[in-house]
Amino acid sequence: MSLNKKILGVIFANMHEDVIPELTRQRTMGSVLFGGRYRLIDFTLSNLVNSGVSEVGVITKSNYQSLLDHLGSGREWDMARKNGGLHLLPPFSSTSSGMYRGRLEALYGISDFIKCSDADYVIMTDCDVVTSLDYNAVFEAHIKSGADITAVYSTSNLTLDDAARSNVFGIDESGRINNVLINPQISGECNVALNSYIISKDLLMSIVMDGAAQGIYSFAKSILQGKCGQYKIMAYKHDGYFSKITSIKTYYDANMALLDTASRQKLFLENAPVYTKIRDNPPAKFAIGANVKNSLIADGCIIEGTVENSILFRGAKVGKGTVIKDSIIMQDSVIGKNCHVECMITDKIVNITDGKILTGSKNYPIYVGKGAQI
Amino acid sequence: MYTKKECVAMLLAGGQGSRLYALTQDMAKPAVPYGGKYRIIDFPLSNCVNSGIDTVGVLTQYQPLVLHDYIGNGQPWDLDKQYGGAHALPPYQTALGAEWYKGTANAIYQNIPFIDRYNPEYVVMLSGDHIYKMDYSDMLQFHKDKNAVATIAVQDVPLEEASRFGIMITDDDNNIIDFEEKPKNPRSTFASMGIYIFTWSKLRQYLIDNENNPEEDKDFGKAIIPNMMKAGEKLVAYMFDGYWKDVGTLDSLWEANMDLLNPNIPIDLYDPDWKMYSRNPVLPPQYIGPDANVEDSMISEGCIIDGNINFSVIYEGVTVEKGAVVTDSIIMPGSVIKEGAVVEYAIVGENCVIESGAQIGARPETVPNRDDWGIAVIGHKITVKSGEKVGPKEMVPDLRK
Repeated sequence: MSLNKKILGVIFANMHEDVIPELTRQRTMGSVLFGGRYRLIDFTLSNLVNSGVSEVGVITKSNYQSLLDHLGSGREWDMARKNGGLHLLPPFSSTSSGMYRGRLEALYGISDFIKCSDADYVIMTDCDVVTSLDYNAVFEAHIKSGADITAVYSTSNLTLDDAARSNVFGIDESGRINNVLINPQISGECNVALNSYIISKDLLMSIVMDGAAQGIYSFAKSILQGKCGQYKIMAYKHDGYFSKITSIKTYYDANMALLDTASRQKLFLENAPVYTKIRDNPPAKFAIGANVKNSLIADGCIIEGTVENSILFRGAKVGKGTVIKDSIIMQDSVIGKNCHVECMITDKIVNITDGKILTGSKNYPIYVGKGAQI
Repeated sequence: MYTKKECVAMLLAGGQGSRLYALTQDMAKPAVPYGGKYRIIDFPLSNCVNSGIDTVGVLTQYQPLVLHDYIGNGQPWDLDKQYGGAHALPPYQTALGAEWYKGTANAIYQNIPFIDRYNPEYVVMLSGDHIYKMDYSDMLQFHKDKNAVATIAVQDVPLEEASRFGIMITDDDNNIIDFEEKPKNPRSTFASMGIYIFTWSKLRQYLIDNENNPEEDKDFGKAIIPNMMKAGEKLVAYMFDGYWKDVGTLDSLWEANMDLLNPNIPIDLYDPDWKMYSRNPVLPPQYIGPDANVEDSMISEGCIIDGNINFSVIYEGVTVEKGAVVTDSIIMPGSVIKEGAVVEYAIVGENCVIESGAQIGARPETVPNRDDWGIAVIGHKITVKSGEKVGPKEMVPDLRK
């Protein structure tokens, strides 16, 4: 796969953090752990890389230590390049980038970076959608339709809560977006925005510069919603598998959805691998007496107990006599002996000592913060 | 310091590993998979890095494609360095002509220019045949303390096994006074581990003298070590009592994998202070299905397991379907064990398909005569058809004849 035109990728690593405040207290949205061995940005960045985008800037605002540690030079994504490659863009002094209120201000903060790129087009994307997306098809549609902006969406049955944390498109028969609802109070089948856009670099720069002059900062409000009559904003429907994270509940469900082999096969395509940071863990070890059913297990786990309908991240340990059910156990967490852990999300390096009983429920999984000792 | 390395490692990785038959048809022995996600060469390479040796020449000759591709620029082992790092060293052409590596000594001789670039005090010689975790810096310190010209790592083996090894005869002060290659009546139980440290200035001269003497074998064991001994150089034995296993035969390769599952055997891959590095595959986590039963096994990333697995090592990207049985076996990367297939006491190579109802290997107690029993071996990229049976000790394709 490769795009003929040169395209610059811009990832907003901090956007939507407010939807899962527990998980983003110490990290960006992009560095939230997902699916046993990934961070959310892995899906976003791998999609760009697999589509042939060879230059990507990652905008960060705050809490970005784990993000920088995860991405490093970008080598694991094949993005440690002399020309192009991965650029981490933390807040820059004397501009508003660190304090940005919206996408336009964030872009203004990196306007020098965008100007320096020799790309003709820009893909803007966030880290709240887990999917495998081929941008070549989006780009082709963008060129064919002669759009000013192409926005990626999918149809989904939204709950009131989901919709209140999403943007929903009204689309006319020609595929043009004629109405944008921002965090609407609706439910049911909707055209939900997947927060990925293609736009020409020149138009983007003029929008960003005008925005700075006029004090407008929200791309969704002021451009998509406010100017959908003026600009030709076309909708591109992504038919592939996706999950959009709008709350701790949807985060939990999106993880659990990976226990379905058909879903997993739609997310982890053979020709579009999902890259992530390498940790050099040995294979997972199952002891005598281990009993694992319907679970995703990452490298470096040592399992002596029972694990059911759960996701174990790299280096998690489960002691003898312990039962883990319907739970997400993140990296390097240690669950002792004879524990019962059900419908829990334990963050990194949590230590649950012997004999503890912890239960949440499927509609309200309970979260245990990073490094907690119970 | 950009003008000198104290110690450079030379890893002899050109061997065919002919006793691994089907597994080494397309790749050199050091590239053979081991331990669920590693290849044999990961052990000496990781040992080097963990011991502080950052310059490694990997001498290749037999089927080098997989090995060269695997080593790449050395990055997975942190061996991509501006000065030093990992270098694959295949035989090459010179103004005077071209020749293969004619023996271990000749292979190092041909690479004297490589070693000279780093102007080292010492050279560690390693092979890609063994599984072990060893701190070469301790051995180097021993070499320096003893003021030796050559230090040979040895392991105390049971007397009845000693005749399988090169045996070092030492005095009370660890000085090697004699050695015997696979002696019928061993005079000592100190087996050479194939790990040597030499003082480079000395070794360099012995290599040149050896090369200039057409009468001599171009081999360390047959010429260089005896020559040093004859000349009265100080050769010492360095005792190593950790886990060390030769994986040169199908049986020993199988055993070495099974050792990882035995808590009483001291090879711990989970030790954070001595990490084993490897080139990691880009695959999602393994999925253990609702009908799976997995016990006492190691399983790697990208596997989809819905069958019964017991006492086995399963490499990355393997599928074991519902109702399939894998016990006491090694399944190498990318292979598929279909519904109802049975694999027992076997090694299945990379990217094989074992179709439904096929049966590979057998438990030892099912074979009346124990001499007829052995590990069943399926080479790489082999399909075993539905209903076919590969008995114990059988090999597909059979290359023993």
